[in-house]
Amino acid sequence: MGGKTLFDKVWDDHVVIPESEQTPAVFYIDLHIIHEVTTPQAFNMLRENKLPVRRPDLILATMDHSTPTVPINDLSVLDDPAISAPEPAKQIRQMIVNCEEFGIELHGFGDHHRGIVHVIGPEIGATQPGKTIVCGDSHSSTHGAFGALGFGIGTTEVGHVLATQCLLQRKAKSMAVNISGKLQPGVSAKDIILALIGKIGVDGGTGHVIEYRGETIRDLNMDERMTICNMSIEAGARAGMIAPDETTFAYMKGRDKAPQGKDWDTAVERWKGLKTDGDARFDKEVSLDISDLEPQVTFGTNPGMVVSISKPIPNINDLSFNKAIDYMQVKADQPMLGTKVDIVFIGSCTNSRMTDLQSVAKMLDGKKVASNVRMMIVPGSEALKVQAEAEGLHKIFTAAGAEWREAGCSMCLGMNSDKLGKGQLCVSTSNRNFEGRQGPGGRTVLASPETATASAIAGVIADPRDYI
Amino acid sequence: MEKLTQLTSKTTVLPIDDVDTDQIIPARFLTTTTRDGIGKALFADWRFDAQGNEIKDFPLNAPDISDCKFLVAGRNFGCGSSREHAPWSLFDFGIRAVISSEIADIFRNNSLKNGLVPVIVDNDTHQWLLANPGAEVTVDVEARELRLPTGKSVTFPIDNFARHCILEGIDQTGYLMQNIDNIGQFENNRMWQP
Ligand code: SF4
Repeated sequence: MGGKTLFDKVWDDHVVIPESEQTPAVFYIDLHIIHEVTTPQAFNMLRENKLPVRRPDLILATMDHSTPTVPINDLSVLDDPAISAPEPAKQIRQMIVNCEEFGIELHGFGDHHRGIVHVIGPEIGATQPGKTIVCGDSHSSTHGAFGALGFGIGTTEVGHVLATQCLLQRKAKSMAVNISGKLQPGVSAKDIILALIGKIGVDGGTGHVIEYRGETIRDLNMDERMTICNMSIEAGARAGMIAPDETTFAYMKGRDKAPQGKDWDTAVERWKGLKTDGDARFDKEVSLDISDLEPQVTFGTNPGMVVSISKPIPNINDLSFNKAIDYMQVKADQPMLGTKVDIVFIGSCTNSRMTDLQSVAKMLDGKKVASNVRMMIVPGSEALKVQAEAEGLHKIFTAAGAEWREAGCSMCLGMNSDKLGKGQLCVSTSNRNFEGRQGPGGRTVLASPETATASAIAGVIADPRDYI
Repeated sequence: MEKLTQLTSKTTVLPIDDVDTDQIIPARFLTTTTRDGIGKALFADWRFDAQGNEIKDFPLNAPDISDCKFLVAGRNFGCGSSREHAPWSLFDFGIRAVISSEIADIFRNNSLKNGLVPVIVDNDTHQWLLANPGAEVTVDVEARELRLPTGKSVTFPIDNFARHCILEGIDQTGYLMQNIDNIGQFENNRMWQP
């Protein structure tokens, strides 16, 4: 028998009852992250069936999706229609009630660790190598950056995990993505993952769990690895993983929920075994050399519709392509460079972490946001906000004319008050450029924090290499 | 969950590839805490204009839409966000099966848990269905078969367990609860604790 992949190892360690032809595996979950949007119906299911939550201690609860990004010192602020619509406000209140009723600790307003689900897990050290991590949110793949198996689930499955700490699962196939080469200045991890999606397509990973491998990956810091794993779902994959190494352990050490003292040493020993064996086989392999990679920008309405910044939009001329460029008001054979920008959004579970904020600050220092642009900078968590302010980054942002807001998903998905207006063009560091994703009629161009910042300064889509 | 053994109905066709769940139901409709009436939000930004009027030529606004219980969609239908509101809204609207050459993982999984049958077919069958909106077809879950009015029939893959649950109208939480002792043992015998 051949060796095991990293995914095999984590999978095998969590099988309660193996799968058979007739039934899927009963599969154990170590960490369940919950938020206000995809859980209310699951809690209702528990009530209807008079079921308790099996392991409240393995749940990390927060509020991020429908929360406003202004300070909420008191819940009554939510009744102000300028701050929140009534439905999201109700959802937020329901989350508080649900957590209280079922004995779950909630990182709510005023909590240092309130923030985007996929930012706070790693931040408090709950995300650990070898764990199975789920959340009613597809970007749960982010946690794979630590060698965990993280994947998104629906609300019925949220109910399953609340009640039993398990899911019914069939094992996915495995896919290796081998990345080689050194990143050029001005090019970042976001550009790597956008280029990969452009290469394999938005369904290139369907049915698979990706493992990102190679020297390039080893050289990346944890924030960059999270950016890459985060967008695995945009390539259609169920999850994305990176084997843990010294970079991983250094990041985790001393965090609240990370093992301490002797337990830490034992854990690190165990984690060191979490890598793909030399003789293991993947179901599929892809390679990408990023030595000459340029900054990437999307031109269409899915993340696979992406081009290098110096290149023109391709000319594909099929129904989906034409619908996309029509919606985006761009033209085939023309470059994205120079397109007028209305909003620049720095944030989301893809790019709202410390190193993202630092590189934005470095580029903005002493510069001004163009007068036609509204630039919003939204940290991924309250803790990040505090940390960024301790470094004085907020002063650079506000001096440049950018808005510095409270933590949350914000303009990533157009369900709180941060939304694009019809026709507005936003250069966004988030992960989805679907039609209307950031607000009905809004046009999203996905890019790295560096490209987004350069575009904020220029007022049009700009090449970050001219601004560093 | 509603039982479904087999169903014959007309198709409605949405010939776009990579339709994501943000189109199926835009995020602003996810602020609900129940599932009631969620079909109203289905494809809201493609069905209605900014004033809330129906967009005439959108397939789901056709006058005979209530006779169409099957949606034939372009490749990679349901990609993007894991929102279960997507299959909920399709089901509430009256759709009982989504037919395509490729259906995204999480959406497919969520659909099966709600009695919405994901039917994956070969390219030729897909092309025929795309070219023949309103065709009367049969989705036979029992036989794992899609039958076309041309007399052609093709099998489609469906997980044994999910098929069993749809045929019997079984809710999967109950099945997991039956295994709760095994889960307890697993927790006690682990080499490490999360
Ligand atoms: S930031 Fe965006 S992608 Fe990430 S969890 Fe929030 S809504 Fe989802």
